[in-house]
Amino acid sequence: MQIFPRSSNAVARGSLILVVLAVGGLLFALLELERTPYITKAGQRKDQPVPFSHKHHVTGLGIDCRYCHTSVEQSSFAGIPPTKTCINCHSQIWTNAAYLEPVRESYRTGKSLQWTRVNQLPNYVYFNHSIHINKGVGCNNCHGPVDQMPLMYQAASLQMEFCLDCHRNSERYLRPREQVFNMRYQQPSEGEPVVVNGQSYSDQESLGNALKKQYKVRSVQDITSCNTCHR
Amino acid sequence: MMNIEDQDAKPVKDKANAFPDVCPTKRNQLDLATVKEQIEDTTGPQYWRSLEELAGSEEFQEMMHREFPKGASEWLDTFSRRGFLKTMGASLALAGLTGCTRMPDTEIVPYVKQPENLIPGRPKFYATAFSLGGYASPVLVESHMFRPTKIEGNPEHPASMGGTDVYAQASILDLYDPDRAQNITYLGDVRSWNALLSALHGPMGAAKAMAGGGVRILTQAVTSPTLAGQIKDYIQANPMAKWHVYEPINRDNVMEGAKLAFGEPMETRYDLSKADVIVSLDADFLYAGFPGSTRYTRDFAARRNPDANMNRLYVIESTPSSTGMKADHRIPMRAAEIEGVARSLASNGTTEGSANSGSAQAAIAAIAKDLQEHKGSSVVIAGDHQSAAVHALAHSLNESLGNVGKTVFYTDPVDANPVNRIESLTALVQDMQGGKVDMLLILGGNPAYDAPANLNFDSVLKSNTVALKLYLGSHRNETAELCQWHIPEAHYLESWSDARAYDGTVSIIQPLIEPLYGGRTAHEVMSVISGQSGITGRDIVQQYWQKQHTGGDFDAFWRKSLHDGWVEGTAYQSKGGGGRKVAVPSASQSAQSAQNGNFEINFRRDPAIYDGRFANNGWLQELPKPLTKLTWDNPIMIGPAMAERLKLNFKDVAELEFNGKKVKGAIWIQAGHPDQSITVFLGYGRTRAGRIGTGTGFDVYPMRTSQSPWFANGAQLRGTGEIYQLASTQGFQTMETHDGNSRPLVLERSLEEYKKEPNFAQEEEPKKHLTLYPGFDYSKETYSWGMAIDLNACVGCNNCIVACQSENNVAVVGKEQTLKGRHMHWLRVDAYYSGPRDNPKGFFQPVPCMQCENAPCELVCPVQATVHSSEGLNDMVYNRCVGTRYCSNNCPYKVRRFNFLLFQDWETPQFKLMRNPDVTIRSRGVMEKCTYCVQRISERRIDAEREDTIIKEGDLQTACQQSCPANAIVFGNLNDPNSQVNKWKAQPRNYSMLADLNTRPRTTYLAEVRNPNPELQETKAELTTSVENG
Repeated sequence: MQIFPRSSNAVARGSLILVVLAVGGLLFALLELERTPYITKAGQRKDQPVPFSHKHHVTGLGIDCRYCHTSVEQSSFAGIPPTKTCINCHSQIWTNAAYLEPVRESYRTGKSLQWTRVNQLPNYVYFNHSIHINKGVGCNNCHGPVDQMPLMYQAASLQMEFCLDCHRNSERYLRPREQVFNMRYQQPSEGEPVVVNGQSYSDQESLGNALKKQYKVRSVQDITSCNTCHR
Repeated sequence: MMNIEDQDAKPVKDKANAFPDVCPTKRNQLDLATVKEQIEDTTGPQYWRSLEELAGSEEFQEMMHREFPKGASEWLDTFSRRGFLKTMGASLALAGLTGCTRMPDTEIVPYVKQPENLIPGRPKFYATAFSLGGYASPVLVESHMFRPTKIEGNPEHPASMGGTDVYAQASILDLYDPDRAQNITYLGDVRSWNALLSALHGPMGAAKAMAGGGVRILTQAVTSPTLAGQIKDYIQANPMAKWHVYEPINRDNVMEGAKLAFGEPMETRYDLSKADVIVSLDADFLYAGFPGSTRYTRDFAARRNPDANMNRLYVIESTPSSTGMKADHRIPMRAAEIEGVARSLASNGTTEGSANSGSAQAAIAAIAKDLQEHKGSSVVIAGDHQSAAVHALAHSLNESLGNVGKTVFYTDPVDANPVNRIESLTALVQDMQGGKVDMLLILGGNPAYDAPANLNFDSVLKSNTVALKLYLGSHRNETAELCQWHIPEAHYLESWSDARAYDGTVSIIQPLIEPLYGGRTAHEVMSVISGQSGITGRDIVQQYWQKQHTGGDFDAFWRKSLHDGWVEGTAYQSKGGGGRKVAVPSASQSAQSAQNGNFEINFRRDPAIYDGRFANNGWLQELPKPLTKLTWDNPIMIGPAMAERLKLNFKDVAELEFNGKKVKGAIWIQAGHPDQSITVFLGYGRTRAGRIGTGTGFDVYPMRTSQSPWFANGAQLRGTGEIYQLASTQGFQTMETHDGNSRPLVLERSLEEYKKEPNFAQEEEPKKHLTLYPGFDYSKETYSWGMAIDLNACVGCNNCIVACQSENNVAVVGKEQTLKGRHMHWLRVDAYYSGPRDNPKGFFQPVPCMQCENAPCELVCPVQATVHSSEGLNDMVYNRCVGTRYCSNNCPYKVRRFNFLLFQDWETPQFKLMRNPDVTIRSRGVMEKCTYCVQRISERRIDAEREDTIIKEGDLQTACQQSCPANAIVFGNLNDPNSQVNKWKAQPRNYSMLADLNTRPRTTYLAEVRNPNPELQETKAELTTSVENG
């Protein structure tokens, strides 16, 4: 006695393929999920004790990054400004603004402000700001258009593929050292070439390769060795 | 006195049950006769790690077959296999999702006002000093955002030269010990500092009215000029008060010996850099705890170069020590017989007394001759536990050999109050019993635990004869329990103080962190007692030095002293050259030879936890002791011949009886231990040490009396038939092959042989093309890292292990896990023996990851969690590792360590402060191993690149290299032709371990060369037999 008609063979075969596709699809979905801003937290504006606006301070007032992030050129850690740095100006201006009360309170009581970290790497990753700056990686290469951020957010995924992209193809991103802190820096083009050491570069690749040589950026093999970031 | 038997028998028995034999293999009787045969027939391995290996015991054979010891990789807990699979299935199903974990938000907390010169993310170093037994070890302390994380030696200080010792290295863990006392207590109740002040008000006034009558101050050894000044000032103002000093590991005999010889206490200092012949009379001068050992090790090791003028070391010793194992000639002897040797040496080797057999006599004559041939360039060092007479004889020998002023120097005692410790404590106890003490102030130490048993200090302290008892101590320990007031003592990294190094140089001790638990220093307590409360520790120390300082700018002087780590011009001047009249003590009653069944007992400080003060330090508890490689326990140590006669085996529980006290402990048979003699180690069996130290090992202080603090005759030893598990790492990670074709891993020749055949260590390396894998040209890189370890210089002090543990956040696993072979040390120091079991030569070989160019581990990793960097480092990527352990299986050097469980303490907040922020904290299920301190390489490389240069020689040191007092480890750039590591590797003694495997290790060794006395060569075999029968 035959319970299933002959055509069910096709259904069975089809379902096999479907299972493979479903598993594959699930894996793909998982991998894609991992890259979503939900997981990476890119673009999310976190609650902060003070609604500090980089846009206002950088674009509006023209304050250099290093005025607050003092150790960025010497240390792995860029540094978060102490309350004293805020008070330098805010003892003179906006002295009564209500939303600056946490700053004044911190200065009065000696208790630190507690910011929520925006750009966060896992604990097994060791990133060093100073060497990136030294090699001509601009702030906004990783941090995005900070000068346009009324509230700070993480611009890039900061996942390993993001780091590796630059470590493998650094010529695509490097800029002259004096332009590192320039948030409005544009990569060279035919119309607006970039001049380094008297030589004019009209495309990023030739500039990047020249800078790689000049700044002695180590080989791709060197800077993609695991111990560059993991130890 | 409590009945010791009852007290001690129980914990031992209980613990034997608590740690059942995890690998219940067939336990065959260790056949010591086989051991003897093996050596005589030379059928056994030439270099052996333990007597068990030599006997070819089944247990050991099985251990060698296995990658991890039995029990390490099995699931032996009560979890059933089915339960395990269920859990695993569930976690596997969820494993795919773990990649999607969102990192939790974390806070970032800036300063309110950032200190000047602080660059967040870059460590700073401060000079201070660690002291042990009063003697200061100058150190530099690494501080990350004002959290001390690592201790280094002070390279500019003559007492350190950059090296440290194990105790200094491990002291950082004590700072963060969560078991430290955290409150001032009165009868166990928490009190405030002000409550203490007001409680003291009345008694202090009464004391003052009596000119200090009834006030007794008990301190540990004090070399601090400030504290000594404070106490002396107090006694000057209150002349009836008295200052007593007690240290269990004291130098009474040294001072008594000096008094015997010169009529006054004097400190002896040696200059081993000028000594061609060194004779140690039971002195373990190359191990931590011997004052000046760090410097002595440096000088000694520098003279072990066979291509220069190599020194010769004779060690006549009782308990085998790492110093003895480094000796060119070692004569094991009962401690009491050593005085006879000293007398023979003093009378030029002529016979005097017949305690020693003919051939030992011949050896001693040869030593005497060698000394005579090196007048002015030899040195005789007597051990701290040898009698005053031996010290006096050593002084007389050094004087007659013309060594004084050349290799031996005499100075004022470094100790501020060099009274006889035991007499001092005895006097105190008598006063306490006589009701003469109203107020007892105990500043540090733990006398209720470690005082000589016959003084009954603990019961006297417990009784109500003393009205007011104050104790300043770091832990709520045995002594704190018996005092009304307990004031938590600040750790030295939290304190202002000062201390003298072995040469008298004063180091100012400056704090690196505010007291974590509100601890106070002895200075602060003394100032309260003197009626000057409210003055800070800094002011006390500064004011003292202000008074001492003559001449200009005090501020500049103060800043320079703090910066350098010592006060210039404070080293004690040597008291003239030779020509001093030395009184030689007349012969005391000749050493009775121990009768059968009536043995000599030796009390020794423990190589790991000293007198017990480090009992709660996990790093030191788990540190494999230099010779036995024991962790977490103290054994009853006996020699092989005696074990054979008493039919005792490793781990057998024996009952030791001495002075009517009985104690039970596990037997350890130590090759080279003198016959008819027993060694027990102090410091274990603590009842109130903390969660790490309480209940480890057994306490032998109850047997130690003021008459015989170091050795005595009349001990008895009986087997009990019980078994107690001892966690020794000696058999783990063996590199032997199990086919019996053992190849020597340490290589050794005598100086004569070396001169004839300098290339003895060279082995033909397999051809480069003998691998299927494509090679990589490292020579084109800027850096190519390599390491060389000089076995000749290494003295087995274990310092590198603790330095590595501290630098690389290596976890402590505990005794049970160590028994399973799961200890995590990235660097181990293997001890090998060769020669007769009763007097073998010893060898030490530090084994870190070899960083093989053809790394076998990399080929078998399924997830590429271990791969090579272009600079030749064998990187370990923790976040990729899935824990297959294939790499460890394939590693011929057995240097990989696996986190079988969550060994790191992720919870205790104190430990979060302690860890090196530059090294990942590994979690469960992850393999780890030595990285050549890659975090240091990266940091220095970045620094150099920022300055547009490359890392220069000397800028970069690994943690083990930096802390090594012997300079036995060199690390550097192989692509720099002038680097020290290349110079070492170019030496003929350089060899790779297991070179025939074509792993091309980056870490190589310089083979050992010994410098035996040619005259003694032929008598040697004879000598050992006679000592054995002696």
